This record gives sequence, C-alpha cells and structure tokens, in this order.
Amino acid sequence: MAKSSFWQKVIDIDRRWIYLVIGIVTFVPILKYIGMPVAVTSEVKAVYDMIESLPPGSIVMVPMEFDPATAAELEPMSRAVLRHCFSRNLKVISTAFMIDGVVLIERDLREIAAEYGKEYGQDYVYLGYKPYMQIVLLNMGENFRKPFPRDYYGARLDELPMMFGVNNYSNISCIVNINATSGADYWINYASGRYGAKLALGVTAVMATDYYAFLQSGQIFGLIGGLKGAAEYEKLIGRNKDVANRSMDAVSVAHVFIILFIVIGNIAFFVTGRQKRL
Amino acid sequence: MQEVTFGTVLWMTSAAFLTICIFSFLYRDNPLYRFAEHLVVGVSAGYWIAILYHTSLTDLWIEPLGASISAFGQPGGSFVAKFGALVLNILPGLIGLLMFSRFFAKTSWISRWPIAFYLGVSAGVALPLFLQSFVVRQVAANMVNPADIFGTMAADLTILFNYGNSTLLFWQGFGELIIVVGCICGLAYFYFSAEHKGIMGGAAKVGIWILMIGFGATFGYTVMSRISLLIGRFNYLISWVSAIGDFLRI
Amino acid sequence: MAFQYFVPHYLSAAIYQNALNWTIIIGIFTLVVGIGSLISLHYDKIARRKEHWPYSVVTMVALALMTVIGLWSPDAIQNPRGLFMHLYFFVLAPVTATMFALLAFFIASAAYRAFRARTVLATLLLLSAVIVMLGRVPIGEYMTGWLPEGLRFSDIARFILDYPNTAAKRAIYIGVGLGVAATSLKIILGVERTWLGGGQ
Repeated sequence: MAKSSFWQKVIDIDRRWIYLVIGIVTFVPILKYIGMPVAVTSEVKAVYDMIESLPPGSIVMVPMEFDPATAAELEPMSRAVLRHCFSRNLKVISTAFMIDGVVLIERDLREIAAEYGKEYGQDYVYLGYKPYMQIVLLNMGENFRKPFPRDYYGARLDELPMMFGVNNYSNISCIVNINATSGADYWINYASGRYGAKLALGVTAVMATDYYAFLQSGQIFGLIGGLKGAAEYEKLIGRNKDVANRSMDAVSVAHVFIILFIVIGNIAFFVTGRQKRL
Repeated sequence: MQEVTFGTVLWMTSAAFLTICIFSFLYRDNPLYRFAEHLVVGVSAGYWIAILYHTSLTDLWIEPLGASISAFGQPGGSFVAKFGALVLNILPGLIGLLMFSRFFAKTSWISRWPIAFYLGVSAGVALPLFLQSFVVRQVAANMVNPADIFGTMAADLTILFNYGNSTLLFWQGFGELIIVVGCICGLAYFYFSAEHKGIMGGAAKVGIWILMIGFGATFGYTVMSRISLLIGRFNYLISWVSAIGDFLRI
Repeated sequence: MAFQYFVPHYLSAAIYQNALNWTIIIGIFTLVVGIGSLISLHYDKIARRKEHWPYSVVTMVALALMTVIGLWSPDAIQNPRGLFMHLYFFVLAPVTATMFALLAFFIASAAYRAFRARTVLATLLLLSAVIVMLGRVPIGEYMTGWLPEGLRFSDIARFILDYPNTAAKRAIYIGVGLGVAATSLKIILGVERTWLGGGQ
C-alpha cells in the first residue's frame, strides 16, 4: 500500500513542480553553454546550396510571415538566410503577410542589410503588408505593382532601381518563404503551383513534419524546420555562435527531461493501475 | 557596441515586467496577468488599425480613388474612361463599407453581399489550385514504379552478400515502398463509405499505424517548437539583466 | 474565378485582376469590422459594469492610445525611434511571445499526465515521438554516435520523417485537397450556405 501511495503521489503531483523543473532545465543550459555539435540535414543543405549557386546580382524573394509569438524560432532562421543572401551579393525582395510581424520583419531586414552595407532600393526592397495573402500571391504572379503600388516606406516600385524590369515571380531566382502560418500552403499552391516559382520553406517545428510530402514530390526544393533548422543554417554559413546554435543545448536537455516525465508518468500509471486491479 | 541609455533600460524593464506578469499565470491566475493580457489586446487592436491604414487602405483605395476623382479636373482622356475608372475605384470601397451593416440588427443582412463576393473569389481561385497542388501533384509523386523500388532493394542486397557492406539503398527502397503503400492505406483509413472489413479493413489498419508514426513525429517536433519559444523569452530576460549591467557600469 | 484559370484571354485576365484587387479592399473593411466588434464587446462590459470591467477600461485606453499614436504621424510605422515602435517592441511583442512560451510548460505537464502507452497504437506514437525528439537534437547524436550508421537516433528519426511521416501527411493532404475542392464547389453552387448565418 505504501508503494501505491508513493506512485499515486507521483501521478497526482502539483503541475507547478513540473513547470519549475522545465523552467530550470531550460534556463541553466542557456547560461552554461556547452556547444553540442549540430548535424546538418539534406533538406536544409538544399536551401543553402540553391542560394550558393546563384550568381551575384540575382534576385531572391524572402517573404517572412511570423510574429513575436513565433519569432523565437523563425527570426534566427530568417536572419541566417538574409545574411547568406547579402554575403553573396544577392538582391532581396521581402514581404510580410502576418500583420503582427510587419514591424519586426522591417527591423530585421534593416539591421541585417546594414551589417553588410546594403542600400535600400538598390540591394533590397521591403514591400510590406497587405491582407488576404492568397489573393495577393495571385496578384503578385501577374505584377508586383498590382497589390503593392508602393513599398512599405511609401515609394513607388518604379522609383526603386532594383525593381526596374522586375515584374513578377518569373524575374525571381527563387523564393525562400519563412512562415509561421498555414500561408505556406498558399505559397505552394499559388506561387509554386500556378506560377512555377522555385520555392523553399522555413517553418516552425510544429509545421515542419507536414511539408516533407511536398519536399518528396518536388513542389519545394528545401525545408528549414524550427530552431534546429535555423541552427543548421547558421552552421552552414559559418556562424556557430549565433542564437539558434547556442539554444540547442537547452533544447536537448529539455527534451531529455520531457521524455523522463513521460516515462515516469507511464510507470506510475501502470503501477497504480496494477495495484488497483490487485 | 550600442550604448545602453536610461530610456532603453526603462523600456526593457517594462517589457521584462510584462513578461513576468504573463509567467505569473503559471502559479495561478492573478490581476497582474489579467492586466497584461488586456493591455496587449488593446495595443494589438490599435496596432492593426495603424498598419491596415498605412500599408493597405491608403495605397490600394484612398490614393487610386483620389487620383480617379482628380482626373476629371485634368485635360485629356475621355469622360467615359474617367468615369469608368472612378466607378472601378469607388465600388470595392462601397461594397466593403456594407460590412459595417453587421453592427445594426435590422440591416445586418446587407453584409452578406461583401461576404459573398469574398467567398466567391476565394472559392473560385482555390478550387483548381488546391486540386492541382494537394491532389494531382501528390498522387503523381506517389506513383513510383514498383520495379524501381524492388530493383534498388535487390541491388543493395546483392552488394551486401557479395562484399559484406551495405550502401543503405535497401532502406531507401524500403522507405519508398512505405510511402506508396502507407499513403494508399492512410487514404483507406479515411474512406468511410465502405466498411473496414477484409482487404479494406487490413489496409485501414496499416494506414492507422502509419498515421500514428506520423503523428508521433509531429508531437516530437511540437515539443521542440514550444521549448524554443520558452528559450526565446529566457534569452530576452538575460539580455535585460545584461543591459542593466551595461548601463550601471557607464 | 475557377473558370478563368483555364482561359488565357486578356478579358479573363482583366476580370481576374480587378476581382483580386476588389477582394483585398473589401477584406480590409472586414478586418476593421473585427476591431469594431472588440470595441463593442468591451464597451458593453464597461457600460453594464460586468465582472472584471476595469480590465476592459485598460483595453479601450490602450486601443485608443495606440490608434492615435499610429495614425497621428504618417511615418509612425517606419520610425524606429518613435513611440509606436517602442510600444510594439516593448509591450505587444514581449506579451505575445510570453503567452506562447507558456505552452512549453503546458506541453510538459500534458506529456506527464496524459501521454500514456495504453494501446499498441499509443505506444507506437510515443516511440516515434521519443525517437524524433532525441534524433533531431545534438544529444541524440551523443547518445548513439557509437552505433553503426543507420542505427543511430538521428538516422532512425530521419527515416521516420522521410518515409512514414511523408506517407501519413500525403494521405492527409490528398484528403484536404479533395475536401477543399468539394467545399468550394458547394459554396459556388449554393449547396453550402452556412456562411449566410442564421435567419432568411
């Protein structure tokens, strides 16, 4: 009976103790950085290889659809991709179809471009936000100027040197869409499906497993999934000490503890279940 | 390195305070959490209004409308063309304004017209494209020649028996077999028009096994995703403490 | 709009273009209606002094302030030193991010309390989750790096993601695609009328 009351106590433990343990095991590895190596996967390497293969001056579209809620996963990824593009002297067009992230993405673009001495209008353009992205994506397939007569800063697209002769997806070498929403489906259906644009996705880990089917079918050429994907991309561009890489220790330890919780919970469940039957 | 000013420290402290207010919910629901929650709802709504106005309403409706009105005062161009442009610019705004009839019980039925327009356009564009990307392309990718799959597996087994090492191509072939069979069985599981008995029942059973493995993978990634969000907040709190430290040293 | 997909005629393209533009403009008003509903809800709470009504005052004041600050200056959303940006980065962003960060605690608690290997299928799901959780982080490589290639957590996780997971999600997407097509047809043909709401 003593045994069953112990395991019963284990099952009935106040959830706040679990919260405390998770908080500690996630926080401590951030303070004490170990630097466990991150292995690169083929789907992330495919995105890296595509950007590497583009000649300088090529235009890449990096639309970013995330907000502060998902920025912890997607901001490191988008920064790594932007750094790679700017370091290769590629020109970048960006949009933000998630309204809560419009200002955040503008800041990221501006800061990363400044790191590489890039000039707005010459090396990168930020189109900004428009609602109902599925409609805007279709419109952009005809001409960027239709849904975006002006860029985010109010300048007409025709006034921007980079946009001379750039009308729609056919003038873009590839699209690397960083997305936290089901809008990724619209990029697949509309930009890639209807207009044949070369598309790679960078998505949250929650969504990543859903897009392996599109990777296998060739509808997307690469997939960066979650903070791990961001860490892989940072490693590929030679920035092993950036935020995603430094966070992988904490992710590892937290995973181990969650698995431990699952195992303990199951042991307690089966022991108490057996005790009840006896 | 950027200099940390008192203003920066003050703003970062307010952000850290709000972060801790939200985290306090883990202990229990409390007034601080409710305050932060209601504050962000208001700030978010105001933010939406500003962004919608500056990025969308002005350059998609207000400016073209203004241009089409001022075109009447300019020489050149036919009156019919100018009037047509004005109508094309006014109409979407008028249809959109009909949405506000929802706030009045007697006239709320009028809002069905703009909803009908939006739904019609969305449904119309979605129909062929979803079929193409989600069905046709996916079914096409599933149509792998079984001879190729078994050929790959057999070739790897031959290498294994002859040379004692494997190129792991057997598992690649086996995996492709899982994709082909697993997808068909998964569809069989979701097909409820026929009873899950006999061959159909067997296929559905294999299908649910494949689905469970897929959902397990999704759960594993979901855990990573949630932990990543928590790490993001901890990184912010560390940077806040670091900013205070930098400021006090100055 | 479904038909124009197959018609390359310039008139079809012109109608397509205008329809898309109109939809975006109408959509903007729809979003504003949503905000109007929020204002209506909180105003009602304050007027009738319902439970927790002081918090609704906080919401309304915050909404009014943010709107005025955002609309007052034409470059409010572009000025990184402006009050609008500061309110976004130091009020909206941290609170939104922290609310989602709470999910980490909840998923750990849910995994502890509810994730039970009661049946064979549940065990399969659990095993798949554990392998992917360990295989996709560096610690998995540490734990099983000594095993031959193909047997490590990372290799098994890769196999799970590339093959059974792909099969499962493909089956789901085919179902979703057929469902979207069927629902779109029902809406277009007037069979599906739930979007009309209640009444006549």
